Amino acid sequence: MLKIARIFQIVERVQSAQLQRFLSTAPVLCGKTVQARAVAEKKPAPEEDLSFVMNVFKGQVESTQIFPFPKTLTEEQRETLEMMIDPTQKFFEEVNDPDKNDALEKVADESLKGLWELGAFTLQVPQDLGGLGLNNTQYARLVEIVGANDLGVGIVLGAHQSIGFKGILLFGNKEQKEKYLPRVSSGEFAAFCLTEPSSGSDAGSIKTRAVLSEDGKHYILNGSKIWISNGGLAEIMTVFAQTPVQDPKTGKTIDKVTAFIVERSFGGVTNGPPEKKMGIKCSNTAEVYYDNVPIPVENVLGGVGNGFKVAMNILNNGRFGMAAALSGTMKTCIKKAVDFATQRTQFGQRIDNFGGIQEKIAKMSMLQYVTESMAYMISGNMDSGSKHYHLEAAISKCFASEAAWYVCDEAIQIMGGMGFMKHTGLERIMRDLRIFRIFEGTNDILRLFVALTGIQYAGASLRELQQAFKNPAANLGLIFGEASKRVVRKVGLSSPPAIEHLVHRDLVGAATMLAKEIDSFGQTIEMILIKYGKGIVNEQFILNRIANATFDIFSSAVALSRASMALSENSDTATHEKLMAQAWTLEAMDRVKINLQYILRGQNLDNFQKMSAISKNVCTAGGVVQLNPLKI
Amino acid sequence: MARVLVGVKRVIDYAVKIRIKPDKKGVLTDGVKHSMNPFDEIAVEEAVRMKEKKIASEIIAVSCGPAQAQDVIRTALAMGVDKGIHVDIPAKEFETLQPLHVSKMLAKIAQDEKVDIVILGKQAIDDDCNQTAQMTAAVLDWPQATNASKIEKGDKDVTVTREIDGGLEVIKCKLPVVISADLRLNEPRYATLPNIMKAKKKPIKKVTPKDLGVDTAARIEIVSVEEPPVRKGGTIIPDVDTLVAKLKEGGFVP
Repeated sequence: MLKIARIFQIVERVQSAQLQRFLSTAPVLCGKTVQARAVAEKKPAPEEDLSFVMNVFKGQVESTQIFPFPKTLTEEQRETLEMMIDPTQKFFEEVNDPDKNDALEKVADESLKGLWELGAFTLQVPQDLGGLGLNNTQYARLVEIVGANDLGVGIVLGAHQSIGFKGILLFGNKEQKEKYLPRVSSGEFAAFCLTEPSSGSDAGSIKTRAVLSEDGKHYILNGSKIWISNGGLAEIMTVFAQTPVQDPKTGKTIDKVTAFIVERSFGGVTNGPPEKKMGIKCSNTAEVYYDNVPIPVENVLGGVGNGFKVAMNILNNGRFGMAAALSGTMKTCIKKAVDFATQRTQFGQRIDNFGGIQEKIAKMSMLQYVTESMAYMISGNMDSGSKHYHLEAAISKCFASEAAWYVCDEAIQIMGGMGFMKHTGLERIMRDLRIFRIFEGTNDILRLFVALTGIQYAGASLRELQQAFKNPAANLGLIFGEASKRVVRKVGLSSPPAIEHLVHRDLVGAATMLAKEIDSFGQTIEMILIKYGKGIVNEQFILNRIANATFDIFSSAVALSRASMALSENSDTATHEKLMAQAWTLEAMDRVKINLQYILRGQNLDNFQKMSAISKNVCTAGGVVQLNPLKI
Repeated sequence: MARVLVGVKRVIDYAVKIRIKPDKKGVLTDGVKHSMNPFDEIAVEEAVRMKEKKIASEIIAVSCGPAQAQDVIRTALAMGVDKGIHVDIPAKEFETLQPLHVSKMLAKIAQDEKVDIVILGKQAIDDDCNQTAQMTAAVLDWPQATNASKIEKGDKDVTVTREIDGGLEVIKCKLPVVISADLRLNEPRYATLPNIMKAKKKPIKKVTPKDLGVDTAARIEIVSVEEPPVRKGGTIIPDVDTLVAKLKEGGFVP
């Protein structure tokens, strides 16, 4: 014990010495400002990633983006938003008819016209370019209303602005912005064209190609895209295509993805008929074909060869919007279920008195609470300029789409036969919801993305440590820091990261549970890295469980942060929020334990082998392998 | 073309369940959703339509009340009104402000702004007074056309269809005129989001009752505000004879 304490002392001394050295070598732009900022913000070293989820993979708590719950709206932004809520709500209650849109398989003319007038298609375009100039948080609040009323319309709007022209907003140069943003704000539809018949989740494998013309003034685009939302309506499209690029190292010409702004009027752009779909029927989904489309070179978006980055950034940037919209959808489902449960009498009692129904309503409410909190936490962080939100955004998309499916399903279950009837309105919502687990990155791919990105980050820090050992004298701080952690673990003293001081005192118990699981999670990742090395990439049974554990850790932290805010503000709903955060965290931490156990225990690993074999058998047989018990 | 003045009052939203303050001196307003008085929305809509038909040249919206009254002026501006005037009245004073005070202030503004038509909601849904339009006309000594369900502007006059008991009355008034809007005059538009953004740049002038030469000191004292009596539970009676007997007993039938 004494020895350990000494190590800590040394570590502390070394670290503070290092910090001073860092400060003194910091670029002297203006001595005072740099230092003042360093003190005020505790500015981290530049390579540090501020993502909470990312750091959980190292068993650490990076709290800046999660505690306290971000509040980013200025007084003026809040007032503007408040004024916008009523008219938006009124529009969806009085003008738009989701059932009519669903039956027509298009947004009714009057409604579509109204949406353009309302400004719903141009929420985030700067005001001087014809839009409303809303930030992400304001956007989230408005799409919550859309999601609560009509997910099909949500997709028409989202395909247009969340992905369709988002690339121009994020990567467009001045000329591109000035040329296109006013147009997409005043009646011309936009679309995001990435997916191809042979390229779904594997976006890097697209075949559409654009080759520079001989005079060097145009790229000539050829290929086809599939399942493009607004594909039949769009005049302005963000299209991804392979372009030949010279590799600066080898001098060889290779294909790299480039993003282009393509206008239908360029010529050679056609589209197929609207697809028949399970849900979101009022949105237009079509194939789009490009036949020798000449694209002026100035329409390259974000640089030649940078298309993959452009695509991923657009998608990452828009994901919180789905969480916001779906938290609205869940509100609608919960309202329907509760209206029913509080009026329906069976066995001489209102059914909301029964534990079975209570558990359903409680779980539905917690899922809605967590989703809503994630959406506004991410939008808040994005608004304050964070660049480290990609894992959180990916989780919010997966979580929201699965939560909404569950909530809608349980709402139907509570209502029984009534829930199954079309006029109750849940049937359409359920059909509309299904696609959310599939598009904009399937939840399966996003799970791998979260797990692998996190593991890679944790692995890099381990490699850094290995490097440090090669020159121990210069890296004492790093070595002692890591070494002391490991020593403490070895001697059986737990060293969970501190998190209790960040939450309201009523939630300290839950926070302690969370800290403990973050610690075990970090240790598990370390063991996995040691055991599998790079091979982990192919261990999807394990990666999925790592992702699920991450979801539970992140969602609990978000719930604790939101509830802490409510408690410290003493808001009317604080006690209710506290209950939800506590109940959620306990259940989530139990799931984390199970998931981590599955990853480490031989018996479960063996089961993965069994499942792999079962699948292989079924695939070889081309379906169910065994005959029925009658063998006839 | 006419210059039009509209009155916009900030009231507790129609959908809110009203609760009374513990001291019974008024209703709870803190943290309660407020909106523009629905009849005032109709007045604003009518004025905006006049402007769209090139009958009106400029529309001014006035609200008398505490700082939050500016919210409904902003809504009016987002619906298409050109400028706002906020008569700033401290919250405490606002509680005892009467239609007579408001009509004097509106009359002064109407004269200062040289308006030709004043359109007000026929009543506010909070105090249900239905007095301000009539009093404003009286203070100005202008003709009045209350409870309008249709307004047609002529060259120097307006023809107004009024909703009266048992039918409609059509009257013609010389300009300038004070009109009060009834429910069926029009269906007000909702403000679009781009217009809400534009409204932020439109001017709101702030004045005090003193600037308008109106003494808003309380003339009344609120003695008590009570909830409507709670409905008592009903009973099921066996037959018509009992029903008749009960009705007679209660004095409901002779």
